Amino acid sequence: MVCGTHKAMDLSFTDEEEAFRQEVRAWIPNAMPKDMLGTARGAGDFTPEDSATWHKILYEKGWVAPHWPAEVGGPGWDAARRFIFAEEMELAGAPPLSVFGLGMVGPLIISYGTDAQKKRFLPKILSAEEFWCQGYSEPGSGSDLASLRTTAEDAGDHFIVNGQKTWTSLAQYADWIFCLVRTDQSVKKQAGITFLLIDLKSPGVEVKPMMTLGHTPAFCDTFFDNVKVPKENVVGAINQGWTMAKALLGHERTLLAMIGPSRNVLQKLKRIAAHKTVNGRPMLEDPVWRARIARLEMRFRAHLMVSYRALADQQKGKMPGPESSILKLVGTKLIQELTELAMEVMGESSLTWYNEGVCLPVEESIGPYFCYERAATIYGGSNEIQRNVIAKMILQLPSS
Amino acid sequence: MDFELDQDQQMLAKTVADFAKNESPVARFRALRDDDIGYDPAMWQKMGELGWLGIPFSESVGGFGGGFVECAIVLEHLATTLVPEPYLASVVLGGMTLARAGNAAQHDALLTPMIEGETSLALAYSEAQSRYDVSSVETMATPDGAGYRISGEKVWVLNGHRADQLVVSAKAPGGVTLFVVPRDAAGVSVRVAKTIDGKKAGFIRFEGVAVAEDARLGEEGAGTEVLDRTMDFAAAAAVAEGVGIASTMLQMTVDYLGTREQFGVKIGSFQALRHRAVDMYAETELLRSISMAAMVRADDDDASARRSDISAAKYQLATGGIWVAQQSLQLHGGIGVTDEHDIGLYFKRMYALNALFGDQEHHVARFASDPAFAEAAV
Repeated sequence: MVCGTHKAMDLSFTDEEEAFRQEVRAWIPNAMPKDMLGTARGAGDFTPEDSATWHKILYEKGWVAPHWPAEVGGPGWDAARRFIFAEEMELAGAPPLSVFGLGMVGPLIISYGTDAQKKRFLPKILSAEEFWCQGYSEPGSGSDLASLRTTAEDAGDHFIVNGQKTWTSLAQYADWIFCLVRTDQSVKKQAGITFLLIDLKSPGVEVKPMMTLGHTPAFCDTFFDNVKVPKENVVGAINQGWTMAKALLGHERTLLAMIGPSRNVLQKLKRIAAHKTVNGRPMLEDPVWRARIARLEMRFRAHLMVSYRALADQQKGKMPGPESSILKLVGTKLIQELTELAMEVMGESSLTWYNEGVCLPVEESIGPYFCYERAATIYGGSNEIQRNVIAKMILQLPSS
Repeated sequence: MDFELDQDQQMLAKTVADFAKNESPVARFRALRDDDIGYDPAMWQKMGELGWLGIPFSESVGGFGGGFVECAIVLEHLATTLVPEPYLASVVLGGMTLARAGNAAQHDALLTPMIEGETSLALAYSEAQSRYDVSSVETMATPDGAGYRISGEKVWVLNGHRADQLVVSAKAPGGVTLFVVPRDAAGVSVRVAKTIDGKKAGFIRFEGVAVAEDARLGEEGAGTEVLDRTMDFAAAAAVAEGVGIASTMLQMTVDYLGTREQFGVKIGSFQALRHRAVDMYAETELLRSISMAAMVRADDDDASARRSDISAAKYQLATGGIWVAQQSLQLHGGIGVTDEHDIGLYFKRMYALNALFGDQEHHVARFASDPAFAEAAV
């Protein structure tokens, strides 16, 4: 009956995949401008301009949109190469690209947009001529997103949009915003929502930036006062916005797992612990501190294996198994625990707040980043909402 | 990259799962736990006939030449109904040590009968002072003529109360050395110790036990290295079993949340309990995923890679696996802390697995002391 062979599961990447990894790894430092290399290894506090520069470099190379099909400008990689590419980028500390065009509205337009929309929007997302932001949350609509109240009133060939969107990250640098707006008040709340593309230069749009906990001006409030939007800017059909929003959430779960950032922080954590001392020796040689880092690295390994399982499914052209639903939950908690430990390892040096030139460069990097990652368990559907979804969809627990 | 079992492995998994469900439900474990042996030698023989006891051993000794993955599959599925036969003690601990350390004649005489289910084995390595350090051995093997005399005491020898042959570590002039000693040899006395999980182990005294030279497995001083490797297999085996335990406890708890009513509704509709169940699911899947790495790595001769994945897996058992066990009990409420309900039996087995082959502090320290750990800081 059984198994005449040792050859069983194979948990490694193929030789070709490893060669691809080496190619990407070697390319990054050659392609990145010198001043950005220092930031990549240090604080990682890239400006939006840095991100745009890097976007254009990747665009020239043909690597800017790994998840897009080749016919609309993607590199034609399989899931393993996409995973490796993302991991190497994050591991190298490369500037993060704005996700709203490449990762969100772009793929949605590819799947559901009209030919005219594809022609109009996709090339400029690729080339970084146009940046996008997301208009979902409102002051009264966070986790209960479907309760949103920004209205789009039918005015013949166009809509008149009124309302306020919040957490519209990077809206101050964006050219366009994709919004969920209410187009029908008379039906169940999910059934009266439309997915609408709005030019931020339209009269009546006002963007007010907001400081984040990490003192980066990432967030914004965006106000709409009788803004005229042509009907051809609807993606999907009118009142099909909720379906569009759910389709958009379906993009690769392995990307929400924070694998690259976790590896990056783990390395940084060890580097700091190798330089900071306790009782006259490096903290990394102290058994207590060493064990605390080891515990998080061991948990990271288990988390990595869950990601690899999802990846292996995708490689076979299958939907990832239900276990991939925990990736966001576990990965975001883990990156927070890693940055929390980094703060602890810093000791009183963790007090530092933008003191360039006063403290060691390595000490600049943790505080703002630590603050930044507090958002990880909130955005993309808070971890509490994730648990609600898993309880219902995967565990199929009874509702009251 | 491929995490799926091949066809033969899937068939093995289904066969063992069906066997556990149909031929050894938890009631069988309950019925046998007060028995002097604690399991049924006739059932052990049947497992031999099914070929399960020979899975990791080469065909030349009557085995199937399988890998550790197949072993892990058997362990995981036997655990789902707490099948009491000593697979881990006899196949993994005794058998795999004998297979690696012994010669062809020893394999023929001692391993083949075990593979056939005629006999069973035990590994007597742990001593009162040793706590997970297999090189800490005070049992002595003193040269005596052409052979040795063995004196000392071993503790918590799994299946030690029943095994036909004991694989014993003892300090010879050349260092820690392994010997095979029949349990009924003159000078061997066994006290039976009950364990928290309803099983039994032996406290075994050796008083000047005379063994011939051919009872020695390998060279003098070769014992520690073999035992180190056995401990990796054993830790991976405990994790495989832990996956069976955790996933069964999770399923039982989800079922309970879906049936038990309080305040006029199913308790699974309460958000506090739903979220707890989701976190249990996450810990179980983390354990399952890292266990896959551990079982594949168990056969890997690259010590650094093998140890780090196996330690990471045993650590997840000690943290996530134990947490799943605790929460399963909590969510069952009062019925969970009765002996009548099965959930507590799984709970206690998880704690036993946690205590064996290195606890979390042991594996954290081992993981952190690997040179690769600090190199990543450069």
